[in-house]
Amino acid sequence: MPEDPALVRFLEADGTFAPTPAAERYRAAVDALTDADLETFYRDMAVIRAFDVQATNLQRQGQLALWPPSYGQEAAQVGSARAARTQDHIFPSYREHVVTKIRGVDPIDIIRVMRGLTHGGWDPTDPKNGNTHIYTLVLGSQTLHATGFGMGLVFDGRCGTGDADRDEAVIVYYGDGASSQGDVHEAMVFAASYRTPEVFFLQNNQWAISVPVSTQSRSPLYKRGAGYGMPSTLIDGNDVLASWAVTRAALDDARAGGGPQAIEAMTYRLGAHTTSDDPTKYRPSSEEEAWRRRDPLARMRAFLLARGASESFFAEVDAEGAALADDIRTRTNALGGLEPDEMFAHVYSEPHPLMAEQREWLAGYEASLEGGAS
Amino acid sequence: MPLSRAINAGLRASLAGSDRVLLMGEDIGKLGGVFRITEGLQAEFGEQRVIDSPLAESGLVGTAIGLALAGFRPVVEIQFDGFVFPAFDQITSQLAKITNRLEGAVQMPVVIRIPYGGHIGAIEHHQESPEAYFTHTPGLRVVSPSTPNDGYWMIQDAIASADPVIFLEPKSKYWQKGEVDTSARALPLHASRIVRRGTDVTLVGHGAMVTTMLQAAVLAEAEGTSIEVIDLRSLSPVDYGPILESVRRTGRMVYAQEAPGFTSLGSEVAATVMERAFYALEAPVLRVSGFDAPFPPAKLEGVFLPDADRILEAVDRSLAY
Repeated sequence: MPEDPALVRFLEADGTFAPTPAAERYRAAVDALTDADLETFYRDMAVIRAFDVQATNLQRQGQLALWPPSYGQEAAQVGSARAARTQDHIFPSYREHVVTKIRGVDPIDIIRVMRGLTHGGWDPTDPKNGNTHIYTLVLGSQTLHATGFGMGLVFDGRCGTGDADRDEAVIVYYGDGASSQGDVHEAMVFAASYRTPEVFFLQNNQWAISVPVSTQSRSPLYKRGAGYGMPSTLIDGNDVLASWAVTRAALDDARAGGGPQAIEAMTYRLGAHTTSDDPTKYRPSSEEEAWRRRDPLARMRAFLLARGASESFFAEVDAEGAALADDIRTRTNALGGLEPDEMFAHVYSEPHPLMAEQREWLAGYEASLEGGAS
Repeated sequence: MPLSRAINAGLRASLAGSDRVLLMGEDIGKLGGVFRITEGLQAEFGEQRVIDSPLAESGLVGTAIGLALAGFRPVVEIQFDGFVFPAFDQITSQLAKITNRLEGAVQMPVVIRIPYGGHIGAIEHHQESPEAYFTHTPGLRVVSPSTPNDGYWMIQDAIASADPVIFLEPKSKYWQKGEVDTSARALPLHASRIVRRGTDVTLVGHGAMVTTMLQAAVLAEAEGTSIEVIDLRSLSPVDYGPILESVRRTGRMVYAQEAPGFTSLGSEVAATVMERAFYALEAPVLRVSGFDAPFPPAKLEGVFLPDADRILEAVDRSLAY
């Protein structure tokens, strides 16, 4: 299939720096990146991949109920997350492990969700979590929450003031499967109507569990943005430079009052949708192999090596990834349980008689069991 | 003043009281809503406080959640009861659960206003009684005013609540007039109310059915039966205190509702009263409800909806035990 001429890409699969024509408008920003910036991008991708592999293993060993791997989608996530400013707000779906890590969420908090210890994981209002909202498992729901939040930013005059250091924007992540959900459509309608400072970041990883994107859409998904009056850009999602440059421009524009934008990042999940499915049952290994040759880490590594990065840098990053993976294993094993009482906490913010009654009954029941056993 | 104006006045008071309160809905601005509940409010408070939204119910509730995350207190109008279902996922999967998932870090002070119930001769999807879907969902509070005074105060209390509130407005009572005391609220949001004192049978219900229950009580009195009528007001949580106290005096209870009876609010209240006041009961708690069929075409709604006679038939059955 011929490549879409709209595609923004800087790095070829082999790491060659060769901007596509559509990439030229972002060229200056990419040229201005320092070696340290580029190394940060690689470090982000490599370290979280080590974490992702460890989490997959922990699930296989029965330590987690489920794991949705981010393996293969690191460039789309790192580029977009590094493009966001501190004051921006992040609405992830449920596979944005790389994004949450970059924003400051402790990866063990994702583990706690997947281990069955919480339905949330972290507090989005705690400054250390970088305005990162919690994962949402119902596909596309979060696009409406992000849009409503963006409406709030508009109503409160927290965007479009011309002060780039204070103006805020929202980035919401969703996938090719979620793009079929009505909520995503409604979110785009509301976003366009109220000109929310928002970037809809679609990671098209080609498969919605076992359903290919060809069953979801008869036209490229990025073209849908035009129907909402929204600038939309197609990027090579396995090129961290394209992801960073395009998202940065889109967020800057949104923050400045330019309204919502859409980005479709063409990527691929090299693993399963979650540890519950088996991709060998629904997709050809030849396809996986073709995408493996476009691995986002390999191309960035080749690019950095060609620029003169040292082997010691890569060794250092590998060690950092291994340390995080070890740390996660240790901390997963040390995670405690839950008190039965916690199920009644925070169902309501104000006192509620049914919660009080059932909490009291359960406490008495538990006590009677303990009494009987002794 | 009529209930519709009382709710309008309550909304106005809340809008004036805090600039974080927003109204959102389809046609609620210039038109003032199809029932004119929000009439004049956009002119008074502006287009950013009283928002005419796109025609998308899931979008309305989903963005209201986002606005609540951004520190607002949105009040969403669903145009008709039967149109709430496109927003059902956002209400039950998201709105009801976010505070719990966030372990209390964020509150969801969102009100969903829904005109509900029959008696207006409308066409399909315009006369539903969806309360059981919401009372079944932990995390939601569900209330329904039956009088203008309650309409005025309960909407303000719902908006002030830190929890999401499903606010069910009995649309057939929008034009029913009553006294509104704007100087002080009579009852807290989640209290039930004894509307009429009686000694023989306790009648319990909510919304438009309160009027029907009072009609039944007047008719029964002429036949020598003294009926106590209780307006539930809060459908979740239920304030059982006055109900149990009443049943312990009368020994008999009938629950009346427009909604289908199977796994309904009336079923829940009946079961709880039998659990807690078993020895006081002279007869099983009986339910009078809509039939377990889809709400029929308007020409049949008079058969579907309980009227005073159907309630009295149940009262007679109760007294016959």
